[in-house]
Amino acid sequence: MSHHIVEAQGLRYSYPDGTPALEDISLRVEHGEAVALVGENGAGKSTLLRHFTGCLFPAAGTLRIGGLPVAKEHLTEIRRAVGMVFQNPDDQLFMPTVFEDAAFGLLNLGVSEAQLEGKVMGALETVGAAHLRSRPPYRLSQGEKRAVSIAGVLVMQPDILVMDEPTSNLDPRSRRRLIELLKTFKHTRIIATHDLDFALEVCGRTIVIHKGRVTADGPTREVFGDEKILRLSNLEQPAALRKCPACGG
Amino acid sequence: MGQLAQNLTDIGYMDTLAAGFTRLHRLDPRAKLLTTALFIVAVVSFGKYEVSALLPFLLYPVYLAAQGRLPVGHLLKKVLLVSPFAVVVGIFNPFLDSGVLLRVGDFGVSGGWVSFASILLRFFLTVSAALLLLALTGMNSICEALLRLGVPKAFVVQLLFLNRYLFSLTAEAESMSRARALRSAGRGGMGFGVFIQILGHLLLKTLDRAERVYRAMLCRGFDGHIRVARFSNIGRPELLFCGAWTALFIVFRFVNLPVALGQAVTGLLK
Repeated sequence: MSHHIVEAQGLRYSYPDGTPALEDISLRVEHGEAVALVGENGAGKSTLLRHFTGCLFPAAGTLRIGGLPVAKEHLTEIRRAVGMVFQNPDDQLFMPTVFEDAAFGLLNLGVSEAQLEGKVMGALETVGAAHLRSRPPYRLSQGEKRAVSIAGVLVMQPDILVMDEPTSNLDPRSRRRLIELLKTFKHTRIIATHDLDFALEVCGRTIVIHKGRVTADGPTREVFGDEKILRLSNLEQPAALRKCPACGG
Repeated sequence: MGQLAQNLTDIGYMDTLAAGFTRLHRLDPRAKLLTTALFIVAVVSFGKYEVSALLPFLLYPVYLAAQGRLPVGHLLKKVLLVSPFAVVVGIFNPFLDSGVLLRVGDFGVSGGWVSFASILLRFFLTVSAALLLLALTGMNSICEALLRLGVPKAFVVQLLFLNRYLFSLTAEAESMSRARALRSAGRGGMGFGVFIQILGHLLLKTLDRAERVYRAMLCRGFDGHIRVARFSNIGRPELLFCGAWTALFIVFRFVNLPVALGQAVTGLLK
């Protein structure tokens, strides 16, 4: 059994008020793949991500993470395998210091105090936030908060990294740093984003979701080359694929 | 609406103070919690006209602040912030209890004024001790200590989330209030109708935010128990701390030291 594979078959979900969110989602993400999940606001991306962490359960169809169906009895294993970075880092950071926040997940996994320091500092160094260890998270800049929230997930050594709009609210430099960081990861990565230039750089494959259904799934360049699909989902071609406005080349 | 943001920063500042590295910070939270609880019980157990016997108890908060290298000015401001509650509780005593209780020269002091002073002193001692405990230990460690002392988990988790959601509530209130102020065309008050609307929305938004925070915690393996990285065990320093202060509190409680000292000095002068 590989912990790195995500497989959904005919996944459906409606919110308690009856609003359908996912109509029929089928996809398979392989070990080590970096996949962008794109679509208009309300397309169902975040709902799908919540299923990956067992915060929601499929109403119909199946979803398997590393061979295990997403169900209450497998929540511990699934949350151990999937690391989720939330859209708003303020929702994720709540401990008094950066170090304690990054250690939160590890302590829940039962890691001993002797190992804690090395593991936490290792993760903070990976994201370039080791110097922030004693700072309170609410005093950090948005870019620093994002880095620390990623460290808090990385430290748990997940097999699959799930991120919701990781570049939102980041200044260009912080965004660049995040792109370079994500390129170095060997995890299976599933990233919901509206930043198509970011998706083009980081993800080899893109899945387009429109009204709770998969409308395109393929290599990122090919998908972003299809203007009809993009227009249907309220998306625009990334700047890197557009013609030069000055010379038309 | 900078005041709300300021308060939010202040709540977080107590946790920042708790991350210090003094001997008192390193002490097992259970020792600090139990000693402070005993201190509070001793202080509130005095009769309503007692003032002089309470004075030696000042030693405990002074010791905590000095040994913990805490910013005394900041903490005093926090105590003053909540002092109106104590003033309201005791302000009518001088009017209701006007019988002269003691005489300073020709000047008679009524029982009401004495009991009012006693309430203020007790308020200062207990609130400052609780604040110092928080600044030396941090909410998470206090909750962990409560759990280890056998307090029911349901109660401790409630306390933890109350503290956690305080941040969410303040942050939401601040952004909503700022949004209102920017579109209020310079009018200060918000009126009852708008206030009710904002309050309702604030509740819904905070619930939503709380849900997201809880989900983020679950994703990182939260099981109703917040574990803290630095949790020591009861050892010699803890036993010494608890034992020494308990002994002192017993002496302070049953021997009126200022009176005894005064009598000794006047006895010597005679």
